[in-house]
Amino acid sequence: MVKKHGRRVDVLAKITGKAQYTNDMSFPHMLYASTVRCPNPHAKIISIEREQAEQYPGVVMVITADNIPGIPSQYKQKPILVPEVVRYEGEGVALVVAKSKVIAAEAAKLVKVIYDELPAVTSAEAALGKNAQKIYDDGNLLCKYKAGKGNVEEGFKKADHIFEKEYRTQRVDHTPLETEAAIAVPTTEGMTVYAPTNDAYKARLLIAETLGLRENQVRFITPAIGGSFGAKNYDAGVIGARSALAAMLTGKPVKMVFTREESMIEGTKRHPYICKYKVGVTKAGRITAMEIDLIGDGGAYLSKSHPVATRTLIEASGPYNIDNVKSKVTLAFTNNTYSDAMRGFGSPQVDFASEVLLDEIACELGFDPLEFKKMNHIKENDISGVGQVMTDVSLGKCVAEAEKASNWKERKAELASERNKGGSKVKGIGFALIHRGEAFGAAGQGIDTAEVQLLVNNDGGITILSSMADVGMGGHTMMVNVIMETLGVKRERVVMAPVDTSYVPNSGPSSATRGTMVIGNAARLAAEEVKDKLAAIAADVLGVLKEELVFKNEQIYSPGKADEHVNYQDMINEIFARGQTPSGRGWYTVSGLDWDRANGFGEAYLSYAYGAAVTEVEVDLETGQVSVDKFIAVHDVGHAFDKSEVIGQINGGVSMAVGMALFEDVDSKIGHIKNTNFDKYLIPTSLDMPEMNSIVVEVPTKTGPFGARGLGEPTACTAAPAIINAIYDATGIRIRELPANLETMMEELKNSRNKTDLN
Amino acid sequence: MNKINVNMIVNGEVVSILVEPNARLLDTLRDNLELTGTKEGCGVGECGACTVIVDGEAVNSCMILAASMEGKVIETIEGLGGDNGELHILQEKFIEHSALQCGFCTPGLVMSAKAFLDVNDKPTREEIKTAISGNLCRCTGYSQIVDAIEDAAKDYYVYDVCRVKK
Repeated sequence: MVKKHGRRVDVLAKITGKAQYTNDMSFPHMLYASTVRCPNPHAKIISIEREQAEQYPGVVMVITADNIPGIPSQYKQKPILVPEVVRYEGEGVALVVAKSKVIAAEAAKLVKVIYDELPAVTSAEAALGKNAQKIYDDGNLLCKYKAGKGNVEEGFKKADHIFEKEYRTQRVDHTPLETEAAIAVPTTEGMTVYAPTNDAYKARLLIAETLGLRENQVRFITPAIGGSFGAKNYDAGVIGARSALAAMLTGKPVKMVFTREESMIEGTKRHPYICKYKVGVTKAGRITAMEIDLIGDGGAYLSKSHPVATRTLIEASGPYNIDNVKSKVTLAFTNNTYSDAMRGFGSPQVDFASEVLLDEIACELGFDPLEFKKMNHIKENDISGVGQVMTDVSLGKCVAEAEKASNWKERKAELASERNKGGSKVKGIGFALIHRGEAFGAAGQGIDTAEVQLLVNNDGGITILSSMADVGMGGHTMMVNVIMETLGVKRERVVMAPVDTSYVPNSGPSSATRGTMVIGNAARLAAEEVKDKLAAIAADVLGVLKEELVFKNEQIYSPGKADEHVNYQDMINEIFARGQTPSGRGWYTVSGLDWDRANGFGEAYLSYAYGAAVTEVEVDLETGQVSVDKFIAVHDVGHAFDKSEVIGQINGGVSMAVGMALFEDVDSKIGHIKNTNFDKYLIPTSLDMPEMNSIVVEVPTKTGPFGARGLGEPTACTAAPAIINAIYDATGIRIRELPANLETMMEELKNSRNKTDLN
Repeated sequence: MNKINVNMIVNGEVVSILVEPNARLLDTLRDNLELTGTKEGCGVGECGACTVIVDGEAVNSCMILAASMEGKVIETIEGLGGDNGELHILQEKFIEHSALQCGFCTPGLVMSAKAFLDVNDKPTREEIKTAISGNLCRCTGYSQIVDAIEDAAKDYYVYDVCRVKK
């Protein structure tokens, strides 16, 4: 067993089945709403006939965009209900509100919508092509950015070898086990909405805009959340606003819960990417230049495509020392489900590309892939691909741990000699490493801030007020740990207030791996304020400087003197006795980044997370089946508040990336999604997962609370390239388009056999 | 449609209830008996979030008609702990091994594990993985869940006999 501070704050409720998720709640006189969806990926609404549905027994109301008192959406953002033009299949055009969920769903089929079908554009390349059907009046370009440093033309001249490669990643669904859900309850002040989201304040804003209310007239409460991975952001606002609209118009509480099929059809997805690389390398294996062209499919609406695009642009050259880099990214609108951040915020796409790319180059030039990457990766104070001086770089340590745990050289040779013996199953080993900017950074296109307040009671108990969503990653427990470690108090003293926008301040979303870094820092600053108040009195009593005091074990100590101390509770009592309050407030802003947006140069992120992975796979040459046997995942978390929980995060991120590598693929070639449930959209089961060896490295940063680095997303970035590299080691087959599913593998194995026969 | 009267034992208590002929066991448990610990994740018997134990066997309650439960003994997550708030050993081990994150799949996983351990006192790791392969978890990567079940199995037999409350 590894070090554990204590239980997750939400664990008892969850393990006993008592945790209340949104669908577990109900209210008196509650109605149910169901969404009427457009069956075409691109169509103009001509008319909506409500009568038949309205007359269905048990139906209370049929609602369309005309009934929205506020606005259906901001410009180019997904509308709550489509007013005129449907831009992807499955979008909501009307709501049916009824006395039961069954009636609502049945009556939704009776709403007759007449459409004028428009040609659909279902790939980014097609959307950016000349004469493509326009999805918006001003065209299909969503955004375009460039970045880089040096002069790639000069760099290519210095190279002995030039490589040109292209990689493609697929559309992936987040599939949290809990689908989108919401309950809206009308109040005299406005509206109360219960829904799982990773950003309560943003969801509230969307609802307020829909209803035409001030933000503080909407009270947004986040019950237990059954996973997000980026899914419960804009999607949560949409379902929240629909239920709120129905509740406002009927005057009754309204519940909406998406079926898995609805979630798959309407919910956001990870951006599919095409990554084109041109790389110059010397005989000695030094990379002289890298030119990158990224094209992404943003789907029908904006969502957070801009920050996803900039992150991919910044990270696409990988954590490598390259003097000359030139990159550009273009995102297109298409008639697909709108794309949004999914565990990695763009990183998994470009990490897959760059880590397979360097593996290919190493193999083609006769280098060991791990040695080649070791030779080229950034070290302390090296310059990143966008010109940032990189500090607290722990790649060397991560790679060394992965190399040691895997016994890389010996194991690689062993597997090669095993393969020489023949057989229908072959094994191989693969490696990948990553760097990943923490929080929104320069790519965020806005200010990244968080506020946290601490309510300190007379008995010394502390309540954390924060809108941070615990989507499952243990963010609330992290905050409790930060408070405990800062104030040296017992775990039992600290509790988390429910996330309710009427009471808690805005801590921003649980996304972009900003929770620990940004919200954790706000929690630390709030605790520092409490600490400062306690220290002022303690310093007086003990006769020392307050900066020198040591807070631990519920005591405040003179420096280096175990017998000279005052008690935490006594100091709290004293503060109240003086008519003051020990409560504290923390405000953290990611600031001071010198980023040239026009040229994509400078300080992109305040800090970075690093990781490395080695995996062993077995490929069945007859069936194409790839099994991942072992996975070593090394991640630098800076400071582990709870190692067992950290390992859980790593294992979960890896499982998601195993799915991305081997089977997950939203089948929507013509704008119509075919695999809408887990019988056809396969995610990893317990039998698909390798034996995990998750290794926690702790090299502190100067920025995170107690030196901690974020972890959620980096864990989902190494597995896809490591697995694809291992498949190459096993078979000589290089997969450049994900996923490496049975069909792809069979096809590739057949091609490779034909090639061998011809030779 | 006429409702059907069903008599069943749910978490040790006799329940007599009128259900629609097409009502799923999942909805009856959640909506009529207010046992909301059992979750719905897919509605097609693929994710296992709705797993309950019927006559000793783990089943997907979204795929079973409540009307077919006459005389059956049903266990849900709510029936697992003791009356005084103590936890079942599986629940304790899930906590100890950090085997849950968002918690949505957890009740189903615990019930699958219980049905399995009730009849397998010395399971291998591979057998455990197979036993829970019908329960999808998007958060944990399963490893710590398998650890928890493996650990629970060590003390399981004695513990469970003491716990029988029917």
